[in-house]
Order: sequence, then structure tokens, then C-alpha cells
Amino acid sequence: MINVIREPLIFEISSPGKTAIKLPELDVPEKSDLLAEVPLRADIEGFPEVSETEVTRHFTRLSQMNYCVDFGFYPLGSCTMKYNPKINEKIAGMDCYTNVHPLASEKLTQGNLELMKILENLLGEITGLDAVSLQPAAGAHGELTGMMLIRAHHLNNGHPRKYVLIPDSAHGTNPSSAHICGYQVKEIKSNERGTISLEDLEKEMTEEVAALMVTNPNTLGVFESDICQIADLVHAKGGLVYMDGANLNALAGITRPGDMKVDVMHLNLHKTFSTPHGGGGPGSGPVAVKKILEPYLPVPVIEEKEGKYFFNYNRPKSIGKVKSFYGQFLVMLKALSYILALGPEGLREMAEVAVLNSNYLRRSLDSLYHLKYDSPTLHECVFSDKYQQEFGVSNLDISKRLLDYGLHPPTMSFPLIVHGALMIEPTETESRRDLDLFIGAMKAIDREARENPELLKAAPHITYVRRLDEVQAARHPVLRWEEKK
Amino acid sequence: MSYIPISDQDKKEMLAAIGVKSIEELFNCIPESIRLKGLLNLPGSLSEAEILGYFKEKGNKNSYNRYLSFLGGGAYDHYIPTVVDYLSSRGEFISPYTPYQPEVSQGTLQTIFEFQTLICQLTDLDIANASLYDGATGAAEAVLMAQRIKNKKRLLVASNLNPQYRQVIYTYTKNLGLEVVEIPYDEMGRVDLKGLESAFNPETSVLLCQSPNFFGVIEDLKTLADLSHRHEALLAVVISEPISLGLLEAPGKLGADIVTGEAQSFGLPLSFGGPYLGFMASQKEFVRQLPGRIAGETIDVEGRRGFVLTLSTREQHIRREKATSNICTNQAHCALRATIYLETLGRQGLRKLAWLNLQKAAYALEQLLAIPGVSRKFSGPVFNEFVLEFPEPWKNLSQKLEDKGILGGLALGNDYRGLDNCALITVTEKHTRENIEAYGQALREVLK
Amino acid sequence: MYPANLYYTKDHEWLKVEGEEAVVGITDFAQQQLGDIIYAELPPAGKDLEAHQVLGSLESVKSVSDIYCPVSGEVLGVNSELSQAPDLINKDPYGQGWLVRLKLKDKAELDALMKAADYEKYLEGLEH
Repeated sequence: MINVIREPLIFEISSPGKTAIKLPELDVPEKSDLLAEVPLRADIEGFPEVSETEVTRHFTRLSQMNYCVDFGFYPLGSCTMKYNPKINEKIAGMDCYTNVHPLASEKLTQGNLELMKILENLLGEITGLDAVSLQPAAGAHGELTGMMLIRAHHLNNGHPRKYVLIPDSAHGTNPSSAHICGYQVKEIKSNERGTISLEDLEKEMTEEVAALMVTNPNTLGVFESDICQIADLVHAKGGLVYMDGANLNALAGITRPGDMKVDVMHLNLHKTFSTPHGGGGPGSGPVAVKKILEPYLPVPVIEEKEGKYFFNYNRPKSIGKVKSFYGQFLVMLKALSYILALGPEGLREMAEVAVLNSNYLRRSLDSLYHLKYDSPTLHECVFSDKYQQEFGVSNLDISKRLLDYGLHPPTMSFPLIVHGALMIEPTETESRRDLDLFIGAMKAIDREARENPELLKAAPHITYVRRLDEVQAARHPVLRWEEKK
Repeated sequence: MSYIPISDQDKKEMLAAIGVKSIEELFNCIPESIRLKGLLNLPGSLSEAEILGYFKEKGNKNSYNRYLSFLGGGAYDHYIPTVVDYLSSRGEFISPYTPYQPEVSQGTLQTIFEFQTLICQLTDLDIANASLYDGATGAAEAVLMAQRIKNKKRLLVASNLNPQYRQVIYTYTKNLGLEVVEIPYDEMGRVDLKGLESAFNPETSVLLCQSPNFFGVIEDLKTLADLSHRHEALLAVVISEPISLGLLEAPGKLGADIVTGEAQSFGLPLSFGGPYLGFMASQKEFVRQLPGRIAGETIDVEGRRGFVLTLSTREQHIRREKATSNICTNQAHCALRATIYLETLGRQGLRKLAWLNLQKAAYALEQLLAIPGVSRKFSGPVFNEFVLEFPEPWKNLSQKLEDKGILGGLALGNDYRGLDNCALITVTEKHTRENIEAYGQALREVLK
Repeated sequence: MYPANLYYTKDHEWLKVEGEEAVVGITDFAQQQLGDIIYAELPPAGKDLEAHQVLGSLESVKSVSDIYCPVSGEVLGVNSELSQAPDLINKDPYGQGWLVRLKLKDKAELDALMKAADYEKYLEGLEH
């Protein structure tokens, strides 16, 4: 990265009287007595005032301080940071989509409804499930929606049940989503392969358990090979199986959750289906369900009759709405564009190369970095800092040093069952050259850990800012700019 | 097209390095019985030009753009300055992940920090988060937050809160054993104070209301805050048309404890309902109950200012089932757009924009009221939306207007009993005098 | 490292008896494990706590740990300094970094706690 000018906060370069936009003059007669009895503000204290040049330079300079997929390798495990095709952005920016009001009648928005229905059907085919709702805004929102569907199903049978079982390797949103849906969480221990222990599951699975939440392949990148037996165990007690689809990138076109006896799952369009992460959203987290859960899907559902599409709100068993309107519509368009570009063969190749790339990385690094679980892995693998810890070097130090090599680090401190985790997911959109760059850097860092651990502990050295004091940030929170008086 | 930069030769060499004979072998951990035998039944693969043609063809089936629209009710058509699209389209903003590595994410983090500051300034509250999904989930998060603070199970929700927001609140709360009570509205279109007074009880944690509310009427927040506080409850205020904050007194100054809402108006296109932008602000003392990500200021080892995600112990990745919310991915890029938008407009710009909206709506109101048979349904003060009553059901009227190329407003009859003859009409700075007069002319004709 | 005049628990809390009252904190081992503490969530005065019940929690940047009440008792007060200076727990765990003061309910419960020597042995066991 070029040596960027240090950019102040916009408030610090503000000066009175400036604006970056000319607004139209009022073309109707002005009324002076409006809002006579309403408390009005005299000013917006502290609000910035800058010119168009300054806004443009401000955000261009800020942009230079960001690492991004367009720039380089971004191997965050479980985040699926794949390349975001540019055509998708162009489509999502078309006036015929961006200008449409969500409450316009269906007659005027047939194109949108049709596209949403098409996407629902394609996601149904990819997951092997019977019905899809596109409404949830992101993965965690999809999890919550899925949990609500499960609860509605049990309530319909007379009793919502009490517990949700979640493996200890799960992402934090799983227990949180279950809890917000009114369930108590019981943790299932992983076995020595890093997968769900059938024994433990059998012990915990009672008629008070509403569901098992399972990520497959799990956060270690290991496929739950016993998934059908697991599902049978859960179903035998009347429970349902929820699958966290965060790692669908490893499976699309290879196998289908529906065929693994999964009852409900969410998909992350911003992972598997290439829509950009935008620095933390917007994502999109559709849920896909088996027939038995279809009556409970959020309203409205899209239906078609004689070539006309419409929203059906008359769904007495529905859990209701989980979000305004119909979901993250523009994100859906990007995902649909991606699926159309790939086609069935491309989708399978996507999963194949994601798994190939991951295994190539694993094999290239497994002599230098510790693998707690040596089970075969699919799209990601989780190393740890165990060997480097002998020299006092942690996963944090390794990660920060990678920044000096111009590479983004893997996911750290997660899954919780691997101490000092380095969770690596390359995705299929990385070239051999970029993979080898990363491998080379990881090898060099291992050497540095032995020879000069202090170099790593002080890393990064050449970034825009160096290690930041997170303790101070949390102990004495400064969460907004304030005018110095 | 799979966007895959691995050649067949690469594959061969990589398989050899791994020590397997085929890619197939890497999937051996998946039982044969559940593997797909053939290809999925999907269309494609299409070329880029074909994809573009496909979406053009489908987009042409949307006839909405051929109409002059006065629809609002939670989604507003405002002009978006060119710099917003231009700057937000940069790959450095579109293609990074959540800023977990602050050293290489200062662009995103500083933007969030500026966004939080702008929201605090607009609401006159101490703290704001990095974003929530939208106004509806923001409203649900606000009542859950109030419930955690007060540890009481009764929630009062204004019936003139956007119906979709109310529906989402019901969806979220019904599994948690919370009691939601709807407060009626009065003839001004505001929260009915008598009904409100009698709804408070010692178990009440919060009153949630919207201002301007779903009828476009500006609430008397000061009175609502005083009443809520007298009953030891919090006041949470939803803002779904935040352009109004350019003129109206900040809700924090009037006593609101939590302000949440929809910031789509700040530089996000209508987009058929999403992605939009939820926001939330509150007082410092409640920071540990705030849902969602928060950026904070700190220094690096060389003493230079930098920003990090902070107070993460509230969040699901650390506190798991005890987290304040399950939200993870939020609407960061939408918040970036809002930040660029607000900084582009600036202090004077936002005030003038709010004033334009107010004046244009007032002109439209006057024009439409001059038509025989048209009356105001509610007498309360309005910003850029208002409810009119007509001599016949709006369903019929709106169809007749549509035939004349005008989408005259939103029907209220489905959500509110007795309002079948009413519509919510929205006017923004994009409506010209000619647009407004054309609407008046058309309405005059169809009412004849 | 582990003062002799204190009682200890397996969850790494210490307890100091002062007549009918007791002060509770976390051990040096515990503060080292937690790292820099950024926030202490403590119970309101007047709250009755059972032995082993969650008394509050301590937060570091990337973790939250529950603190358990070593014995039953009523909370008489909490260390109000901690809201401004949670780092006292790191700097002086047995002194200025104390957490709560309790009114003891049943002194017999003290018998179930460890003395310093036992606690040190217990820690050695953990490290292997």
C-alpha cells in the first residue's frame, strides 16, 4: 500500500458554510407558519460542512486503508471471502430495480416477484429442500428465523419444548439465535475426530429437545459423516435438524442438505453465492425448509397463478414477519446472477476447487503448523499455534505478521475447541500464485518465530496503524467524536 | 463461468502435492449414499452479456417506473448525490469483511465511527451502534433492550407505529413470554394520552412510538417521555423518515432513552425494500445493553489514533447465548452510504433538504384539500407525509389514479379499522410543483 | 502469591473473613488467566446469594467469565472503584481489587473452602 496521508475525521476538517451538493430551490410558495407548535432544532451541533472535493478525497483516502478481496487473498475461515463478480454489482444498480418502491402493487413489480421466485426455486434445488423464504437479512437472522419455524412446529404439536443442542465447535450466533427464540442451549461435545459424538448426542437427545443445530461441514472443515444417523436420532425423539449453511460452499453440487435429512437451514448469499461482504454487510440469509415447516414461513410468500406472481399474506400458521418488506432484494439479484453465470457444472466446480485449494494449503503447511484434528477436511482447515508457542509466538502474532506480508490473516480464536486457532478458508477463486504467496509467507513466519520471535510480537510494522490498544478502547470507551470545548 | 483461476494443469499438480489421485477422492468423507449422482437441475451457464439481457428483460416487467409515485410509509424516494454511488462503489469498501483486523481496516472503522457520531448528533444521544438490519428489526431490538434494562415484561407499542414494525416486534417477542400492548391513537393521529396513561403498570418496561408516526404526524415526544419516566419506563422512539431530523428537535433532547429507526432515506435507493439501514442510539449508561457492533477510538503502539471494534463482550461471538443480540453481519456498506450522504449534505444541506420536504408536502396538502370531498383525517402536525380521507374507498380511487399514471398513496384500510377511505400520501424534494399539481388535477378528475 | 489468611475456591475466588462479614475477590492466578480486565459486573447490595451461585462476571477484551459466590450471604456492598478502574483487579487482586463484601449466613460453609497451601497444590494439579 502507498504511504497514505493521515486522514482526520470529517468533523475535524469541517468549516462553516460548506456543502458538497446543490439542492434545488423551492418551486412552490413558501409557508411560514408550518410546525408552529412543534419543538424545532436550532442547529445540528457538530454536523460536518465540507465541499465535494473534500468528501471525495476523504473517502478515497479512507478506502486506501482497507484490505479487500479485490486487492488480495482473504482466507478468513467460515467467512468464504470469495471474489465478487463485477457484473453482479452492475445488475443490482439497474434503475429498473433500484427505483422500485416496495409497497407498489404486485401488478407493477412482476419482474421483481418473478426473480425472487426463480431464486427461491434454484436455492430449493441446490439444498434439496422444499420451500425457501428470502426474507432474513443475514446468516444469524436466518438462524433465528429457522429456530422460530421449529418452535412454531412444536407449538403446533402442543409443546414448544425446552432445549436446543449445539456442538461446542459452533459459531456464536447459533446459541445466541436459539436463546433469542426462547430456548435453552445444551452443548454437545466434539469427539476426537472433531465431529459430533453420537454417544453424547444420544444421551442429551430427549423429548424436551426441540432441535439440533449442526454446521456441516463443521467449523473445522470436517464433514459430519454420521449426519444421517444423527438426524435419525433427533427425529426419533420428535426433534428437528437445523443446519447452519455457512459452509455450503464445500457442498453445493456435490450433496444436498435435504438428502442428509436436514429439516431447515439457512444460506449465506454473501458467502456461498459471491455477494460482497461490504465491510460487514448487507448479507442475505434465506431459509430453506422441508414440507412440514412450510406453513410457518414468514409472510408474505410469493406465489404464482397463470403466469402472474403475487404476495400471499393469508398464512394463518406463519411466524409473521421477521423484517420489513421482503428481504435484501438487491443482494438476491447478485446471488441469482452468480448462479446463472455458474450453471450446474460451474457450481460443482466451485465446491470442488474450494476443497482442492483448501487441501493444497493444508498439505503445504501441515509440517510446520499443528493440526489438532487430523480428520480429512473439505473447504477449510484449522491449524493452531502450538508449535510456535514454544517460542512464545501466538496465533495473534502470526496473524499480525501476515499483514506485513500484504496478506490478510485467517480467522483466530475460533472454533473454541482449538486453542490458538488459525482457521483457513481459501475459497475457489484464488489462483495457484496467490495460494503459493500465502504458503510462502506462512513458512517464512514460522522461520521468523524460531529465529526472531520479537519481530512477530511487535508486528505489524508497515501498516497504516500498528497494533491498537483494545484494552484502553474497552476500558474507556470513546464511541463518537466530540467537539473540544 | 466459475470465476476460478485454477487451470487443469494446476489441478494436476496440486492433486499430486496433496497426494490424491482425483478431486473426487477429497470428498470421500461424504457417504456415497447422499452424494448427488448427476448435475443439479439449474439453468446456465450464461455469458455476461446473456446475464445482462436476462435481467434487462425481467426488469422491463416492472412497470412501476412509468408512474408518478406518492408512496412512502417507511421507504422514501430522495435524490442520491452522485458522489454517494461513486465513492461507495470502490472495491475497497465493497469487498472487505467485517473489520476484525483493525490495522488493515481503518477505512471501514473510521467510517463506522463517523456514522456513529452523525447518528448521535442527529438524535442528541451519547452512543450509537454500527447499524442494524432495518427499521423493523431495530424496533424489535429496542424493546428487547429496554426489557433487559428494566427487567420487566410489559411493552407498550403505539398502534400508529409502522404496521410492519409492529409485526416484527410480535414475531420477536412472542417466544419470550413478553406482553405487548398496543396504544390507540387520537383524532390528531397521535398516541392517545388517556389510553396510554391507563396502559402503564409497574411491570411496564418501555413505550415505543414513532415520530413522525405512520400517519406522518409528529408526536409530542416531550409529553410521552415525561409520562413514561413517571411510570419508571423508558421511552424508545422510532424514526423511519430521518430527513425530518434536519428540522425537528432531536428526540434525545426531548427525553427519549433509545432512538432507533430506518435510515434508508440517507442515500439508499428504494430497491424494493432492501438492503436498508437500521440504526440505534441511546444513553451512555445503557451501552452494555446496546445490540450490534460498535467502533471505538484508541491508539496504536506508536501513540497514533486508530479505531477498533470494541465492547465486543456484548456480542454473540463472545457471550454466545447470553449476548445482547444474535446480530453478526449487519449493514456496514449501507451505513457507509449514509455516512457519505450525510457528509455530502452537511449541516446546511440536511436542514435545507428537510425544509424542502416540509414545504412541498404542505403545498401538496393544500392543493389536494382544495378538491371537494377531500379532507384531512388527522389534525396533528406533519412533515412530508399526511393522511387524507376521501368520499369513496381508496381501493377504487387509487385504481382510477393508477389508470392516469399516478400512484396516489398507500392504503391504510388493511392495517387500520375504519380507514378504508383513507390514504397515506408522501411528498419529497423530488416532486416538482408540476408533479404535485398533476396529482391534484388527476384527483379532481377521478372524484368528479 | 497466595496469602495465608484467605480461603480459596476451585473457581479461583478468595474469601477473607472479618467477623460476621467476608470480602470476596479473585486470585492472582485467575487475574492472570483473564488478562486485562475491562469491566466488572457486580450484584446490587442487598442481594442474597447462595454458595456457588453466580455473583457477577468479569470481562476482558475477548472473554467473559462468571464469578461464583464462595459461600452463602447477603451482599453488603461492592467495590465501587472498579467501575472506573477495573485494572485494580489485575494490579492488586487481594487488596484494592476486591469485588464484594458479604454478610455471612453460615460460617460452617467455610469448612468446604481451601486454605492457601491446598489451593497451591490444586493449582499445581491444574498445570499438569
